[in-house]
Parts: sequence; C-alpha cells; structure tokens
Amino acid sequence: MSNYRAHVLVCCGTGCTSSNSHIIMENFSKFVAEKGLEKEIDVVKTGCFGLCAEGPIVVIYPEGTMYYRCTPEDVEEIVNEHLVKGRKVERLLKTGNPDSNPTDFYSKQMRIALRNCGRINPDKIEEYIAHDGYQALCKILSTKRDPAEIISEIKESGLRGRGGGGFPTGMKWDFAAKVQNDTKYVCCNADEGDPGAFMDRSILEGDPHTIIEAMTIAGYCIGAHQGYVYVRAEYPIAVERLSAAIDQAREHGFIGQNIFNSGFDFDLDIRLGAGAFVCGEETALMRSIEGKRGNPTPRPPFPAVKGLFGKPTILNNVETYANIPVILNKGAKWFASVGTEKSKGTKVFALGGKVNNVGLLEIPMGTTVREIVFDIGGGIPDGKKFKAVQTGGPSGGCIPASLLDTAIDYDNLVAVGSMMGSGGMIVMDEDTCMVDIAKFFLEFTVDESCGKCAPCRIGTKRMYEILTRITDGTGTLDDLQALEDVAVSLKNGSLCALGQTAANPILSTMKHFRDEYVEHVVDKKCRCGVCKDLLQYSIIKDSCIGCGMCSKVCPADAITRTDYIAPGKKLAAFEIDPSKCVKCGACMETCKFKAIVKK
Amino acid sequence: MSIIKLTPEEQATKLEAVLSKYKGQGQKALMSTLQQAQEIYGYLPLPVQRKVADALDVSVANVYGVISFYSFFSLKPKGEYAFNVCLGTACYVKGSQALLDKIEESLGIKSGDVTEDTKFSISSCRCVGACGLAPVLLVNDDVYGRLTPDEIPAIIAKYKEEANV
Repeated sequence: MSNYRAHVLVCCGTGCTSSNSHIIMENFSKFVAEKGLEKEIDVVKTGCFGLCAEGPIVVIYPEGTMYYRCTPEDVEEIVNEHLVKGRKVERLLKTGNPDSNPTDFYSKQMRIALRNCGRINPDKIEEYIAHDGYQALCKILSTKRDPAEIISEIKESGLRGRGGGGFPTGMKWDFAAKVQNDTKYVCCNADEGDPGAFMDRSILEGDPHTIIEAMTIAGYCIGAHQGYVYVRAEYPIAVERLSAAIDQAREHGFIGQNIFNSGFDFDLDIRLGAGAFVCGEETALMRSIEGKRGNPTPRPPFPAVKGLFGKPTILNNVETYANIPVILNKGAKWFASVGTEKSKGTKVFALGGKVNNVGLLEIPMGTTVREIVFDIGGGIPDGKKFKAVQTGGPSGGCIPASLLDTAIDYDNLVAVGSMMGSGGMIVMDEDTCMVDIAKFFLEFTVDESCGKCAPCRIGTKRMYEILTRITDGTGTLDDLQALEDVAVSLKNGSLCALGQTAANPILSTMKHFRDEYVEHVVDKKCRCGVCKDLLQYSIIKDSCIGCGMCSKVCPADAITRTDYIAPGKKLAAFEIDPSKCVKCGACMETCKFKAIVKK
Repeated sequence: MSIIKLTPEEQATKLEAVLSKYKGQGQKALMSTLQQAQEIYGYLPLPVQRKVADALDVSVANVYGVISFYSFFSLKPKGEYAFNVCLGTACYVKGSQALLDKIEESLGIKSGDVTEDTKFSISSCRCVGACGLAPVLLVNDDVYGRLTPDEIPAIIAKYKEEANV
C-alpha cells in the first residue's frame, strides 16, 4: 500500500451528488493524474459530512481544510493551488451563506452512529476494517461468546430503538432469542418514510458495512440465519452501496457459511420498498417483504413470536444497528455514560427547513432544542423570528419557542406533545402558518393510510376536510372542538401507530398555537399570508400616486378612487373593495409604486 | 427514474427474461418482479400485469392490489420529461407548493397528468432526501435546487427546446 501525502475526500451522499459531486470526484482524479500525483494524493469518495446546505463539500487531509459549495470547474484550481503549491483556495473556504458557521456546527456534536460517515470510502471494505470494522463480530464468533451474555450487554447499554418508538433493543432481541424455532429472521428497517428525514440513508450511503456487521451479530444472538434489509426504492445510491458491501462481506467470509470458522451461517438480502409510508410500521413492513400489500396486522402476536413468513423475527432501524458494533467494542458502560437517565447514547437528526445549517447531525441525548437550532443549526436565515421546530414527522408535533430549552430524550419529547420519531427536525419561522402545516401533515396521512381500519381511514379524511374549511375561511369554532373529538377516536381506535399518532400534528399545534386557529376561524385571517383564500389585497394610500392603472386592470371593478390625496401626491388615492375582489393579483403586478400589498 | 426507450419487441424480450427468473416463486417474488417490469415499460399496463400473474401463479386481482397500494408503481405512462416536485416537509416550508403551482400553470396540466403529446408529466413526491437544496425539483434525473417560481419558465423552455415542442 502506498503512503499518500494528502487525501482528498469528496462527499458523494445524495445531497452533494445532486449538486454534481460525482463529477467533482472524476475531475479530481483527472487533474491529479495530469500532474502525475496519483502516488502522492489519494482521492476518496465518502459519505455525508453533515453540512448539506454548504455542499458539495471537499475535505483535504492531513490539515483538514474544508471547501464549500465546490463546482466541477473549481477542481483544477484546487489541485493547482492547494495540492501542488500548498496555497489554500481562499474563496471556497467561506460558506455560501454568511450566517452559516461550520465550527459551531461540529463542536457540539458527538458521532457514534455516524462515526464513519465522511471518513471512509463506503465502497472499500478495507477502510471499514481499518476503523475497527468487523472486530466485534470477529471477537464474538471466534470465541463463540454466549448469545445471552451479548444480549445482556446490549440491555445494559440502555440502547433504545432509533426508529421512533424507543423500545429497548436488548429486550427485543431477548424475546426473539427465547422463542424456540429452527427458522428465525433478522430485518432492518431502512424504509425512511418521514418526509424531510435522511439519517438512515446517510448511514447506508456512508457506512453500509456497519449494518451488515450488526445484523450478523443480531442473527447470532437470536439464532437466525437469514436477514433482510428493507430499503426505499427512492434511495438508489444507498441500495447500490449496500449491495456492493454485502457482496464484499460475502467474499471476505464475514457473512455466508461458517463465518470465522464458528460454524455459524448467516446471509443477507435486500428488499426494495415501493413508496408506502405505512411500511415503516413493523408488521406492514414484513407483509411487504412477503410481497403483499403493506397492511399492518394486530399485535399480539408480536414479530418476536410470529413475524416474517410466520417465523420469529427482530426488526430494528438502521441507526439502531449502527450503534451495536460500537457498544460491543467500547462496552455497555461507556455507551451508558452518554445521554440522560432513561435515554442513553446519541441521536442522529436531519435538520432542515428555515435554518442556516441544513444538514445531518448527531448529538448526545440531553442536548437542548435551543442548542440544536441556534448553535449547531446557526439560527434562522434572513433575520426572521423562530416559531417552532417539528420533530417526529407526520406522527410528531411542534415544539414552540417557549419550550426551546427542552432537553432532547424520548420521554421529554413525548411530555411536550411531540415525539423523538426517526430524527426529522424541521425548523419553522414566523412565515410558516401552523394551521397550514397541520393540514400538510394530514394530507400526507390521508394519502398514506392503508385503509384497513375505519378510525384511520375515515378519521384522517374528516380531519383533513375540517382543516381545509378552516384554511379556506369557512371554518367555525365548533370545528375546533370536532377536530379534538375525532383526534381522540383516532388515537384510541386505530390499528397501528400511523393512525394512533396521525392527530399529533393537529393536537400539538392547537395546544401551542391555538390563537392562530382562532384567527383563521373568527377573523378569517392568516397572519403568515400562507392560506391563499384568506389573503386580502389592499392599497397603502400614502404610497398611492393615484395613476389608476390598478383600477384599469381589475377584472372585477373592485378598485375605486377615494377622496384622500396623500402628502406630496397630486391625485387622490385608490382603494380595494374586499367583497368584490377576486384575488387575481393583477393590480399588484401592475402597480409600479409598490402601493398594493397582500396580507 | 428516466424512461428507457425500447421497442415493443425489446420490452417483451426483457420482460420474458425477468419472468423466467421468478417463475413459479409466488407472492414473495411479486414486488421484485413488478419493480423490474416497471423499469422496462415505465409503467404497468394490464397486459403486463396479466403476464406477471401467470408467471408467478397468483391472481391478477392480487397483482393489481399490490400495484395500487404502492405509490412507486404506476398505472399510467409518464411523460418523456417527468417533472417531479419534492413536497417533503423541508421543501414544503421553503415554498415547494408554489413551484408545483407554477409548473402546473406553465404546462397547463395538473399534477399526476401527462400532456397530450406525452412529452411532459408532473408529479410530486415525499422527500428525495436532498433537503440541503430545498426546495427541489427533479426533471427525470436532473436535480434543480434552491429554486424560486420565477426560475420555472426558463427550465421548462429548456426542455421544450430539447423536445422540439
């Protein structure tokens, strides 16, 4: 192996690839070769660095220089200046957004599940092995460690499911291990359906081997010989890297038959999802792997007893698996020392929406929402005011400004009316209408409800209709009560978590932003100017010069002249009659004096 | 997903190859078979559904049931240039609904439809995972990020020129 004097790491996650990072990668190889530096400089494709808003990101080691928003055209300059002459390309050291501060972005983070993302080349098994990869598996299998002992170590670590529910992982494995059956299965949930969340995808793209290692360990613990990874078909890069990784692991004998001469056999297959949010629910996911419609089934029986193809099965989320090798390498005590009393370790979040540093981050449990939004996230762009942060996607809720100091763990988030969820975290500013956001999530759950049970199928639809009335100006105060009533039935009566939690976005916004709902219903106003049917056009009379252009283009004859002449103007100003206005916006487009506003 | 242009004969041969791989495997192979069949045809018309049902020995009703359940499977063909607007939460709060409205207005069709000449279609999806670029529009495999509605007409004009419309 050659010794390189410098390593060029290019982020090739989905976000940066969308901005042509694969071409940047090719250009680096090309220009490095042109300069004859192939033996001195290694160009490495990696997974996500986290600061997606400033992508594509290129990092050059040994000094760790980060270049932001690179384009394929910048590569020649970076090679000539940085790699040949040793001078940094100053203009690419600054982030595209002046309010974005990469130092703050990384300083409060702690990377366990993302430990290898952005550090290793996901296509090379050797790089994973060099970072302690497959060490835990090798130790367990070559010493034939007692599975019960491994399970109790996982229990002791306090690891809870990272897919949203937060069920203790060790207990799940224990149940499945204790059921007697010759055939058992290990499944991985990589059907990341929460819109605005990309944690699992980033792990699969940046560090696929960690999932393979952890699933094989899980298989050994419960006595399973076959695993399935259920991935969204919308993640082509993740699927490609994971299947390449599975092939490499098989070639190296880390999965397959008689692994590490232990006599233990385990193999893995990928199953592609097909765009159904409900398939993130465990029983629905298993029906989908069986090739059926993804309808959930009642529990019990729990999957640990009767799961995939009717056999005992454990199903964990990608991020949960990514923690397993670290826990076994560093010990349960070490892992349990991170986090809060009841939530151990770290959590990965995909931070998005109205925040400066959009990206992927991993924080120790107990970090406050404020630290995430303002320190790591760098605050709200354009000097706008923070309004709320949404966690848990369509099953979660909003955390308002008054609760910004909530320390993040499973129980605290439930206590404030939201939930941990899989890790989507969307920041909203003063321009986001909370009623509209509740409607947005309801539209999603109406679409995604599988239709099997009535409370969810009918309840989500009725709530969506009520919200539509409120946002188009025909809602009444009784509608608010009706929303709460339907929400209770939905929570108590639905078969699976999709329905049980579908009302959360409404309940939490009604709890924290009730005044906005009342305003929509009583005053027929949307203070954020989002709900179009409630918008009103009006003329600022002091800005109106009285030219009358607006009145000429108005198709509804809603604009007439008043008696008022603004100071310094010669002609009387116009006004709009809201009862005649059809809200076409023609007047606003015509006015050259910015005298017409919409609010 | 871009549409692979194949002649009907080529499509039939490719489908045969897929079907012979999964022949007789029943329900558990249904999703994989349909995913590969859709890659060949771009959508899943009834004759294809019948062939899949025969090969796997399941009912056509069952095949249709699975197709209609999953949003990834399509019963309608897509346009040559498929506009796909991300309506995931991160894109939505950054105004992707306005992008969709503008595209519908400019192409004169609604989301979920195809233009008469089958050149353009519009759809929306829930998160492509490029949240750092929000709001995002995909045209086949081309990604457009940090867009405003004002930029839409130029993008459409570019594809119209490509398509000679």
